[in-house]
Amino acid sequence: MNEQDTPHPGTEVTPTEGSGTAVRLDEGHVIGEGGLPDRFTNPGLPHHVPRMADQDEGAARRAEKQVATLFGLSILGTLLFIVFYFAISVEQTVYVPGIGTTSASNFALGITLAISLLGIGLGAVHWAKTLMPDTEVVEERHPMRASDESRQRVVDVMAEGGETSQITRRPLIKYTLGGALGLFAVPIVLQVAGSLGPMPQKSLSLTWWNGGPSGPGEEPTFMPMRLMRDPENTPIKASDVTIGSVFHVMPEGLLPDPVTHEGGAEHPLEEKAKAAVLLMRLEPEKITSQKELDWGYEGIVAYSKICTHVGCPVGLYEQQTHHLLCPCHQSTFDVTQDCKVIFGPAKRPLPQLPIDVDAEGYLISTAPFAEAIGPSFWERG
Amino acid sequence: MSTATDRPADNLRAGDAPTDAPPSAAARRVGGIAGWVDDRTGAAKPFGYVMKKVFPDHWSFMLGEIAMYSMIICLVTGAFLTFWFIPSAGQTIYDGSYVPLRGVEMSEAYASTLDISFDIKGGLIIRQIHHWAALLFIVALTVHMFRVFFTGAFRKPREINWVIGSLLALLAIIEGFAGYSLPDDLLSGTGIRAMEGFVQTAPVIGSYLVFAIFGGPFPGELIIPRLYSAHVLLIPAILVGLFTAHIALVFVQKHTQFPGPGRTNENVVGYPVMPVYAAKAGGFFFIVFGIIALISAVVQINPIWGYGPYDPSPVTAGSQPDWYMGFADGALRLLPGWLEFTAFGYTLSLNIALGALVLLPLVYTVLGIYPFVEKFVTQDEREHHLLDRPRNAPTRTGIGMAGITAYSVFMFAAGNDIMAIKLGMSINDITWFFRIGLFVLPPIAFWVTRRICLSLQRRDRDTVLHGRESGTIIRTPEGRFFERHEALLPEDQWILVQHDPVAPLQLPREVDDNGVARPGSRRDRVRASMSRFYFKDAVNPVTPAELAAAHHHGHEVEAIEAGGETAQVGSSETAERH
Repeated sequence: MNEQDTPHPGTEVTPTEGSGTAVRLDEGHVIGEGGLPDRFTNPGLPHHVPRMADQDEGAARRAEKQVATLFGLSILGTLLFIVFYFAISVEQTVYVPGIGTTSASNFALGITLAISLLGIGLGAVHWAKTLMPDTEVVEERHPMRASDESRQRVVDVMAEGGETSQITRRPLIKYTLGGALGLFAVPIVLQVAGSLGPMPQKSLSLTWWNGGPSGPGEEPTFMPMRLMRDPENTPIKASDVTIGSVFHVMPEGLLPDPVTHEGGAEHPLEEKAKAAVLLMRLEPEKITSQKELDWGYEGIVAYSKICTHVGCPVGLYEQQTHHLLCPCHQSTFDVTQDCKVIFGPAKRPLPQLPIDVDAEGYLISTAPFAEAIGPSFWERG
Repeated sequence: MSTATDRPADNLRAGDAPTDAPPSAAARRVGGIAGWVDDRTGAAKPFGYVMKKVFPDHWSFMLGEIAMYSMIICLVTGAFLTFWFIPSAGQTIYDGSYVPLRGVEMSEAYASTLDISFDIKGGLIIRQIHHWAALLFIVALTVHMFRVFFTGAFRKPREINWVIGSLLALLAIIEGFAGYSLPDDLLSGTGIRAMEGFVQTAPVIGSYLVFAIFGGPFPGELIIPRLYSAHVLLIPAILVGLFTAHIALVFVQKHTQFPGPGRTNENVVGYPVMPVYAAKAGGFFFIVFGIIALISAVVQINPIWGYGPYDPSPVTAGSQPDWYMGFADGALRLLPGWLEFTAFGYTLSLNIALGALVLLPLVYTVLGIYPFVEKFVTQDEREHHLLDRPRNAPTRTGIGMAGITAYSVFMFAAGNDIMAIKLGMSINDITWFFRIGLFVLPPIAFWVTRRICLSLQRRDRDTVLHGRESGTIIRTPEGRFFERHEALLPEDQWILVQHDPVAPLQLPREVDDNGVARPGSRRDRVRASMSRFYFKDAVNPVTPAELAAAHHHGHEVEAIEAGGETAQVGSSETAERH
C-alpha cells in the first residue's frame, strides 16, 4: 500500500485531497474542480532510444556492408539487363515454374530491372534506417493566414489599381470589357463544338437493311436482301438452318469478298455495328408470339445482335432455354417470346428482322428493322 | 572608378561596384555550378529551406507517395510507348511475328500494339509496366484518399487540397479508360461501344454528343486519335498541373501528423529532407518502381493478342473493364430496365444514364463537398494539423465505411458473371443480392463501424482509468484473487486522452425575447440535428478529474462501470492498486 503516496505515473497531475467526489463515468466528460486541469497536458517528446549502429561501430559497419551489398546487387541487375537485352531475342520463350511458358525477354528484362531498382531502393531505405540520424526534429507551424497588414495591403493595392485605372468611375469601359471577356471564348468553343462531328440525322435509325449505306445524310430505298453468313459472306438456304443452330448474319453487299478483300461497304465497321443479326431456328410451336412467327420463316427468326442496353453484341445463345445473353451487362432476352427482356438492365426487346425465302430458297429480308436498333436515345421514339 | 562622362544614363551606375567578392567557403564546397546558378536565381535560400523541411513519419503517409511514383512511372513509360504506338484506325494487314494473327485485317493501332508486344525488344515489359503502374496509381490514390478521409486530414486548412485530390482521382480514372481503350482490340473496342451507348442516352443531346465524340457514326476513324490526344496530352497536362498544386500545398501547409507525445497542432515532428527523407522517399520510388517491374515480369496484363482486332459484331464472354471502372459498370448491371421511360415520342433511359453518366461525377462531387458538410455541422474554424484517430470520429468513420461499402457493392456487381461461373450460382440471384445489398449493406456498415468506434473509445477510456493488465495475479490476505493493473506511461496515455471532447450543438432559441423569429433558425435546426447525428453518442476522453476520481474512489467508480455485478472484484482491485 505504500504506492498510495507516490504520484501515479500515468497522470500528469498530482491528485489533491478532496479534489474529487465520485463521478459517474458513464455520463461522459466531467469537468474537474479544485486544482485539476480540464485536460491532460502533452508529455513532450519521448526519450530518444539509440540504435545498435549508433553505439556499436561493429553494428554500423555491418549496416554499411548490407547497404553496399544492396547497391552492388543493383549494379549487377543493371549489367544483367544489358546482357539479356542483347542476348535474348524477342521470339524466345521460356518455361517458368508457376507461371508457365512466357516471353523469355520480358521475363529476364523485367526481373533484372526489378533487381536494379529494388537494390537502390532497399539500400537507400536501409541506410536511412540504420545509419542516418533518427532523432526526431521539431519544426514550428505558423497559422496559414497572412498577417492583417498583408491582407490590408492586398485590398489597398487592388482598390488603388481599380482607382488609378479609372475602371471604377468609367462604367462604359467596365461593361464593354465584361462583355468582351464574356464572349471572346465563344468562337474558340464554337470551332471545336461545331466541327467535331456531323449531325446524326436519321443515321441512328437506319441500318444497311434499309437498302444500303446508312450514314448521316443517306436516304436508302428498301430492297429485299439476302442474309449472308459472317464472315464467309455466303447466302444461307433455309434448309441450312437446322433446329438449334445459330448464324451470325450480315446483309448482302455489306461484307467484302473474304478472299480478295474487294467490295463491300465503304464504312464496314460502322455498318456492321448496326446491321449485325442473329439467325436462329426454333420449333415453331415453342414460339409464343404470333408476330415473331409471321416475321420469321418456319421457325427461323432473325433478330438484331446489338443489345438494346448499351450496344454490345449479344454474344451468348443458350440452345436449351432459347435465351440470348449479353456478356457486357447480362441482359437476357427470350427468343421464344419475341426477344423480350426477362432479366438484366435492358428495357426493350431486340428488334426483329422480317425474313422470307426467295425463289432460289435463300433467306431474304422482307423489310428493314421496324425501329432503331441498339441503345436508346432521346429522339428514337 | 567613375570617370567624368557626358551620358546622363551613366550616372545611374555611378554607385555600382563590381561584385568581386571571393566565393565563400560554403560556395567552394558545393562547387562552381551551384554558385553559378545561385548568382542568377537566388535559389540557395528556397533550396536550403526545402532541404531542411521536416516530414512526419507514418506508413500511411506512403500511400500518396505510391500514387505519385506510379504516376511518374506512367509518364515515363507512356512517353516510351508513344515512340511505337500508331494512334490510327487505318486498316492494315498484320504481318508481324505473332503467327495466329498474321494476314488478319486490323487497325494500325492494334497492329502497332502487337508490334510493341512481340517485335520491339523490351516493348512488352514497358507496356506491362505502364499498365500495372496505372492500376497501382489508382489503387494507391484511392487508399490514400481513404487515409485522408478517415483521419480527418481534409479539415481546415486542407479543404482545397481535398478538392484537388478528388479531381485528380476522377481524372485518373478517365485517363485510365482512355488509355486501355487505345489498343483497339476486341475488348477495348467493346468498352468504347458501351461508352457510345452511355453517351447516346444523355437526355436531348445524346445522339449529337455521340456524333461529336466519334466524328460521325460509331466507331468511325477518329475515336482512336481523339482518345490518344486526350490520353497523352490533355488529361496528363491537367493531371500534372493539379498534382503539382497538390504537392505544393502539402509543402506550404506542412504535412499533418498523428497525435503523440510531443506532437502538437503547432509543430511538425519528423525527419528533415536532407538526408533522411531524401533517402527514404527517394529510395521508396525505386522500391515502387522495382515492385511494378517485378509484377510486370511475372504477371501478364491485358493480353490484347488473345482478343483479336475490334469488330462491332463479335464479343468475348466475361467482358470486364479495368477495376476502377468496375463500379460504374456494376451500376449498369444493377439498374433495372423499368427506369427507361418513353413519352411524347422521346426516350429517357435512366437505367443507363444514372449509372453511366450520373454516378461517376456524383461520387466525386459527394467526395469533394464532404469537408464543407462536416464544417457546416461542426462550425469548427480552427486549423487542424493533428490527425484524428478514426475511432475518435465514429460518425465520420461510419459514413466513410458506408461509402466504401456502397462503392464495393457496385464494383463487385461488375463481376456478377464471373462470380456466377466460379461459384456455380445463378447470375440472377447474385444480381438481386447486389441490388438489395446496395440499400441494406451501407447502413449496416455505418452502424457496425460506428458501434465499433464507440467501443474502441470506451476501451481507451477503460485503459486510461484502470491501467494496463499486467498479467500478475495477486492473492489478498482474505483469499481473493485479482489481476494487478499497471499504470500507463504518460506517453502511451497521452495518445488515448489527447483528442478534444465533443458534444452536439445546442439549438439556440428560435424566437427572441420579443417573440420575433430569429433569422436563419431553420438552418440552425438542420445543423443541430446533423450535430446530434454526429455527436450524440460521443465518448469523450478521460479528464484528469476522472482519473483522479477513479484512483480515490475506486469503489463507486468500479461499481458503476461494471454495472454492479463484479463490484467485489473491482473494489479490491482498485483498492490494491493504490
